[in-house]
Order: sequence, then C-alpha cells, then structure tokens
Amino acid sequence: MSGAESVGDERSEAEGGADEEVDRTPVPDADVCVVGAGPAGALVADRLAGDREVVVLDAGPRFDPADRLARQERAIRPFYGRPDVWGVGGARDAHENAGDWFYPLNHARVKGIGGSTLHWQGMVMRLHEDDFNSGTERGVGPDWPVDYADLRPYYAEAEKELGVAGASDNPYAPPREEPHPMPAFEPSYSDSLFAEACEELGIDMHSVPNARNSEPYDDRSPCVGYGTCQPVCPSGAKYDATVHVERAEERGATVVDRAPVERLEHDGDDRVTAAVYATPDGERHRQAADAFVVAAGGVETPRLLLLSDSDRYPDGLANGSGHVGEFFMDHLFAGAGGTLDEETRQNHVGFYTSACDQFYDEADAEQAPFKLEFFNYAGPSPVEMALTGDDWGDPLLERLRDGYGNHVAMGGLVEQAPQADSRITLADDRTDDRGNPVPQMEWTVGERALDTIERANEIQVEILEELGADVEWVAGPDATGPAYHHMGTTRMSDDPDSGVVDADCRTHDLDNCWIASSSVFPTSGAMNPTLTIAALALRVADDVEARLSGM
Amino acid sequence: MELTRRDAAAALAAIGATGGVALGVRRATDDRGGGPGDDEADAAWDGEGPPDDEAVREAMTAVARVLYPEEVSGIGAFVDRFLDGRLDGSAHAEGVRAAVAEVESAARSWYDAPVAELSAAERDDLLRGLGADTAEEDPGGTAAERVRFFVVNELLLALYSSPTGGELVGIENPQGYAGGAESYQEGPR
Repeated sequence: MSGAESVGDERSEAEGGADEEVDRTPVPDADVCVVGAGPAGALVADRLAGDREVVVLDAGPRFDPADRLARQERAIRPFYGRPDVWGVGGARDAHENAGDWFYPLNHARVKGIGGSTLHWQGMVMRLHEDDFNSGTERGVGPDWPVDYADLRPYYAEAEKELGVAGASDNPYAPPREEPHPMPAFEPSYSDSLFAEACEELGIDMHSVPNARNSEPYDDRSPCVGYGTCQPVCPSGAKYDATVHVERAEERGATVVDRAPVERLEHDGDDRVTAAVYATPDGERHRQAADAFVVAAGGVETPRLLLLSDSDRYPDGLANGSGHVGEFFMDHLFAGAGGTLDEETRQNHVGFYTSACDQFYDEADAEQAPFKLEFFNYAGPSPVEMALTGDDWGDPLLERLRDGYGNHVAMGGLVEQAPQADSRITLADDRTDDRGNPVPQMEWTVGERALDTIERANEIQVEILEELGADVEWVAGPDATGPAYHHMGTTRMSDDPDSGVVDADCRTHDLDNCWIASSSVFPTSGAMNPTLTIAALALRVADDVEARLSGM
Repeated sequence: MELTRRDAAAALAAIGATGGVALGVRRATDDRGGGPGDDEADAAWDGEGPPDDEAVREAMTAVARVLYPEEVSGIGAFVDRFLDGRLDGSAHAEGVRAAVAEVESAARSWYDAPVAELSAAERDDLLRGLGADTAEEDPGGTAAERVRFFVVNELLLALYSSPTGGELVGIENPQGYAGGAESYQEGPR
C-alpha cells in the first residue's frame, strides 16, 4: 500500500480483521509481567524469556513494518505533524501542562511495540563517572546509589545488544574495556570544515557512538542514508526495541499490544499481585505474576503508580517516600547556526558524526555538564521545502537552490538539576479514553541549566565565527526546549525516604516490583539516556532472575 | 537533466510503494481494458465519473510538465513509472484519482478541453485557479487542498526525493532516498 494517509493507526476496532484473532487474555502461571515494550521492557523480557514465563503488556499497537516507508512519507509531507508519524495523540494520550514551562509530551514519545526508540535519534553515550556522584563531585543533587564501575559491564553488554557504532577516540569519555561492536561512522564533510575552526580554537572533536549500523549487524541492514532517522528509519539500520521484542517472543515471551495497564494490585504482604489492563474490546483483565517490572518511561511509570493508590498506599503505589512523580528532568537544547559562503553538504543523513565532550566535566554547582554536537542536517531539506510555498517549475527550483547548500549548525545538551517542583502528577479534572486521570506535566528548569545554555552558546558561536559563518540563529535560554528524555520521576536511592527504588531498581515498598526506566535516574548528566536505560534494564533482569531463583 | 527509471524507482522507494509489483497489476488491468471507473473497454475517458488509470497518467504527466523545472527531461516516462507504484489498491490511489477528476473537471469547464490538451500557460493558470498554489496540502480537505496533496505535492515529492531531482538542488542523496552512507562524507562535486 502506498501513501502516507494509507497507513492505518492500528488503533480503531474497525481496522484489520486479523486483529480479532489476537489473544489478549492473561497468561497463566506467568513468572514475570513487564509493563511497556520500549527498550527497557524489551531488554528485560528478552533476558528473562528463555528461563521464565514472561508476558509484556503495552498500551500501544504493534506497528506493521511494511508501513515504515509510508511513515517516512508522513515525516516529509507538511500535512503531518511529528506525533502523526507513529499515531500519537487523541484521548489515549491526553495530558495537561501546568508548569512554568510547556512540555510537548506527544512530540516526545511513541506508544506501541518498540516505544520511543521507533522515533529516537539513536545516540548512545555512557554517562560520565562524575554523573553518578553529582552531589559529591559537583554539589548538585544526590549521588546515585550505584557508580560507573557497577554499570560498566552492563554498558558493554548494552552496546552489544543495541549494536553501537563507535570509536575510542574520545579522550573525555569514561574508561571502556573493549572497542564498540561496530566501527564508528566516518566524519562528514562538514565535520572537516568544523575541524579546522576547532583546531584554531583548541577545541577537540571526536566521534560519537550511534545505535545505527555502520555495517551489517544482528541480521539488520547497514545505514542506507534515507535521512529521516528521527522520526523513522525504514531500513532497520537504526536500533529500535522491536529487535528485542521479537527476540523475546522467539524465546517464548508473550507480548500483548493495545493493552494499557491501568493499575497494579497488591496484597497485604507488600507484593504486587496483578496488573489490571484493558483491551480493545472493552474488557479488563488481571495479569498475575511473581514479579513485575514497570518499564513505561518517565511519565507513564509514575502515572501508573499514582493510579494504583490503595488504602495501604493512599498516595500511590510504591510512594512511601512521597517522591513518585517528582524531580522530572529533561536535557535542555542549546544550539546555534548560520551559513557559509561555500557548500556544506547537509541533510544527506539524519544523524551526526562528531561531537565535543571537552567541557562536560568542568561541571560544578554553577555550571551543568554539557556536550556539543556538530550537525550534519543544518538548514532545510530540499524535498520538504518543495512541498510548501506557492511556486513551482523554475521559480521553485531557484528557491530551493537559494535555500539549500551552505548551512552549518551546532547543537548541545545541558543537564537539568533535579528539583521536587518539576513533576508529574495526575490531572484533577481530565481523563483519558479509559476514564483514567491523565498525566499533568509541571516542568520547571533552574538557573544553573539556563546559565549553562549561555555558556554552550558562547562556545558554539565562537566556533561558527571562526568557521567564517554568518550566525543567523542562537537557541539560548529563551528559545531552548527539551530533548525528549524523560527522567527522574521514580528516583533511585538507598534511603527509602529519599527515593522510590533502591540500587537494584526495586521499589522500596514492594518486594517484587522493579522499575526499568530513566525515571530512576537521580540526576541526569547531559548524555542521551538510552544506553544507561538499557544497561540498567539488563541489570534489573539479572536481579529479577536472582530473586526468582531464590524464592 | 534527464529523469530515469532509477529516479522513479527511487521516488517510489522513498514513499512506500513498489513499482514492480504494481506494474504487474497495471498490465493485468490493461488487458481487461482499463482501470477503475472505465466501463467501456478501449474508450477514452470522457470526463464523467472517476478517471481510469490512463487518464490519470495523462493528466499527471501534463501537470508535471508545469511543476517540474525546464531543465528536466524524461518526464513522461518518470511519471508513468512512478504511478505504476502509486496507483495500487490503496486509499491513496483513490485520492489521486479523485483529485485528478477535480482538475479535469475544472479544465473541461473552464477551457473545454482535457488537461493534456491545454498549453503550459493554461495548465499553470488552471492549477492556480483551483487554488493549488496557495493551499496547504490536506488529503481530507477542500478541493484545493486535496489537489495540492494528491497532485501537486505528489509530483513534487516524487521529483525532489529522487537522485536526479536532488542533484538539481545540489544534493544527490535527498531525504527519502536510500542513497547510501557515503555521500555525506564527500565534498562539493
């Protein structure tokens, strides 16, 4: 089937008679119930499926791989917004904004098998050693109850699982024990232009790890350059969590789509007994299991716990600390760009190949860690330009030639310090398609992050000016936005009064409930979170297995 | 700069249709004398009801000759090949047929002739008269918005997601085209 509008949303009952055949009833005698089929849930399920009866419940649909090119058309055509590419929005995904800062939640997530890795950029850095000791080393936020050494072997495993292309040329990266599974992508032409300017300024450039195949890996294609990585990779070269969902299913796991979990039930012994979920036919089911892993991301995870309040947990399940939903963090974007008087060869690919972590560990109480990125997709994409405007023929071609060809840009991510009043709560007066209160975003960003954005901008502009660019835009504190990394809302702590989960990511209040998500990050660092999510998920799986074996 | 079969295949690959499969469908359709809406075998579409595939091809090619820049050649074969993959059994194919019917209806009403028989200037005026120049594309919108989506942007998307269309602008691996992971490393050509 061709055509962007021919893509089914896989959500209406009228769609696809085959859906009638899907069995969404509970799995008898399940050992482990995983909530969420994004990267964390998929990795946990895959890791446990060989020896355990595992069931995964996801709120969203199972997307047809054959639709990916049509989804790419949606990404290019101006009629479709970003949420339309993967069918996000509507009553299912309703939410409220009540904070100082607006948060575009439905641009920032995908619900369905594969989760937000379906639309992610695919950048997979390890956090730095000091990120795990932010309180001690920088005087900001708590230390994590685990450190880099604890996660280091899991980082290496996660890189193999996802398939990471990288090199060991980054002198600022934390220590690693072996090369990345695939060689790094070669630098871009525009990287070579930046390199001259950076050399003049004494600024180091290095490769970046991509969860994107630079060569065939794991029976998946190498990158073929579609250039629409974010929001969709038609070739499968970019890792997404359908890889591990499929593997888990091959190993015996049951994965149920369109099965939003509405609450977790518990017994009098502080054990979760069942996940109550809805199905498209309007029925509700109870999935019982010995262990539960909540892997629903930084927004839906705290929402589910808050929805699961009970007489014993009147403020929400696993919320003895009162911190469920608090300390919501994202990374802040800092950027600048302009034009040169020469060709820069942008928009051939949708990912970047060089970065600068030189300033990351300057971080202290006043300056947040931040990293810099050298874009390969600065300025407009000609095909997207061609679909807007009131011209065609030669005038259109002239406009495209004028608009494309000589842009350069830099981006960067800045850490947001955790603060309790940046949080996810339940909306008082708005419910979703199932009648459950929707998440309310109260996102607040502190001065340290805003000051650091200015510092990143200074360096970016300095580099661009050294390059000879006419700097045309700067995304500073007033124009920044989130990187769509939801973190912190069920923070990890050894102290049950200070955090929701312990160092093993197991909830303090309930013995058989784990959280695998960036929601457990006590602080966020400034590195893209997914590799850390994956490493923690693998570690969670090991802990679940160990405790099930000991039961 | 000549558009080739490779360009058409690339454009189809960019937007989720496979020309090869659909080509077989078309031939079978031709054997039985026409596409959807064609009640009389071997008779040219008379402007009433949904246009058959050949009428869609003629109209789209005529429109493409206005939408594409002067320096592009090979338009007829390119559009034909591209539509091999787009005129499948999808909702999108029906949208293309319906939008072409709108364009043809206006052409016959305003100029008393099918689109393919209009001069280039008349075709340009026709599209602007329909409002397809200023409309924003919308597959479920007004006639102007649907013509923008299914005719104008359909053809512009095909051209500028192809390697030859990209090269016109200076990018041989445009977004939507699987042109490999090497060209981004190379300097200006």
